[in-house]
Amino acid sequence: MLIKKLTDIHPSEITSKENYLNRREFMRVGAVAGGSILAPAALGAVVPKSRRAKLADVASSPYSTDEAPNSYEDISTYNNYYEFGTGKDDPVANSQDFKARPWKITVDGEAEKTGTFDFDELIKPFDLEERIYRLRCVEAWSMVIPWVGISLADVVKSLAPTSKAKYVAFQTLHDPTRMPGQRRRALDWPYREGLTIAEATNPLSILAVGLYGEVLPNQNGAPIRLVVPWKYGFKSIKGIVRISFTERQPRTSWNMSQPREYGFYANVNPQVDHPRWSQARERRIGAGLFASKQPTLMFNGYEEEVAHLYKDLDLRRNF
Amino acid sequence: MDTLRQVRLVWKPLVFAFCLAPLVLLVTDALELTGRLGANPVEEIQDRFGIWALRFIMITLAVTPLRRITGWNWLARFRRMFGLFTFFYVLMHFVTWLVLDQGLLLSAILEDLTERPFITIGFAALLLLTALAATSTNAARRRLGRRWQTLHNATYVIAILGVWHYWWQVKKDITEPLLYAGILAALLGARIIWRQVRKRRRRQVALQIPQRS
Repeated sequence: MLIKKLTDIHPSEITSKENYLNRREFMRVGAVAGGSILAPAALGAVVPKSRRAKLADVASSPYSTDEAPNSYEDISTYNNYYEFGTGKDDPVANSQDFKARPWKITVDGEAEKTGTFDFDELIKPFDLEERIYRLRCVEAWSMVIPWVGISLADVVKSLAPTSKAKYVAFQTLHDPTRMPGQRRRALDWPYREGLTIAEATNPLSILAVGLYGEVLPNQNGAPIRLVVPWKYGFKSIKGIVRISFTERQPRTSWNMSQPREYGFYANVNPQVDHPRWSQARERRIGAGLFASKQPTLMFNGYEEEVAHLYKDLDLRRNF
Repeated sequence: MDTLRQVRLVWKPLVFAFCLAPLVLLVTDALELTGRLGANPVEEIQDRFGIWALRFIMITLAVTPLRRITGWNWLARFRRMFGLFTFFYVLMHFVTWLVLDQGLLLSAILEDLTERPFITIGFAALLLLTALAATSTNAARRRLGRRWQTLHNATYVIAILGVWHYWWQVKKDITEPLLYAGILAALLGARIIWRQVRKRRRRQVALQIPQRS
């Protein structure tokens, strides 16, 4: 087990030396061709320049949507991240001093490769991809977000889960000194989420480490978060410090908090309403003051990729 | 200038302007002169109108207790204005929901009104408040006589519905609804206590009278 200490992220830490020159070529070609990495719009002072490191060697992906992404500002100022406060503008305000390095991730449970790993070491073997995904929040708003991430399926495979492993559970850092929102019991800390192995190894599932071709902002879950685009946003757990392979369905934070309102699966489903509000339509952030809501799509529009995972499941009961 | 004229010519316009400030600030924020409405302006506008409606109903209900405690009877002259501003902000909250949030889509509006209890109670509060606003004139007060006070006691019900509506709508963190519930409990509690005190006094007076005769 190797634990490396890093004070700041540096492109060469993510890019192997062999790829260094290729990377420069890629960036040049990308710039000329207009590239898949979109130029961040309306940056302002949302994230200080010192932390806005560009990620290298980011490939594009056929899984990306061609819908127009939300602005960097919208994505990084309107967040649900209760570890930094329960208001939408709390995470950006309260996470600016958060140090996402050094960062260790513990892998345990039903897998062969368990232990504690340095984040940068853990993700190094995997290719970075840009995935422009729709994000549908359980609160009935949505965005389009150009994540940069690695395939969760690849990570799961590399950790070699045993035949007993049926689920993958995730935990967020629990450190009230660094995450001021945790000084109040808004949720039962640490934040917990989980997927079935089949969900985790679906090609759509990624661990995101970047946004708009740059290092992930703190308020979006730095340094590493889950993104499962066919599920409500709360499934996409942020600031991951633990990955556990389990035989039984893991407990998940929102389900623990309000089991009647939030299920384990939490698949986007316009036919199953939240007990207090409709899920049939959603407000697309950035669409403007007078834009009407748009219909919510089954599995957030990823039906083709994921519907087969649930063919034997009653989605009304397993909401 | 005597006090009454001073209230009418100086203080009323001044307080009126202050009561309009949240609306003015919303407009200047929307134009990005003073601030911003953020990534979800529709939600922000709706929330601001809603929260100011709650604040104004609390202010309205605070007039009488404050008057009793301080003896500043001129406060009563502002009560109707505060009540009408409550109605105004509730109405704006409702119109924002109707037009900007629901986009005037009738099926969605009816579904929400009938199937989402927190919206149903909010709407009930608006209907009651409309009746109070419509009967807020001096003429209506004279015409209704004693029934006017009975009708306007609905203010208490409206305030309870308002806080309930807010509480029910919050996803998880009930700190703020709890704060409003606490303020409301204090304002209504003060009235209950005063009522008990008054009753006891009346009973004592009633007991004393036969002894004298």
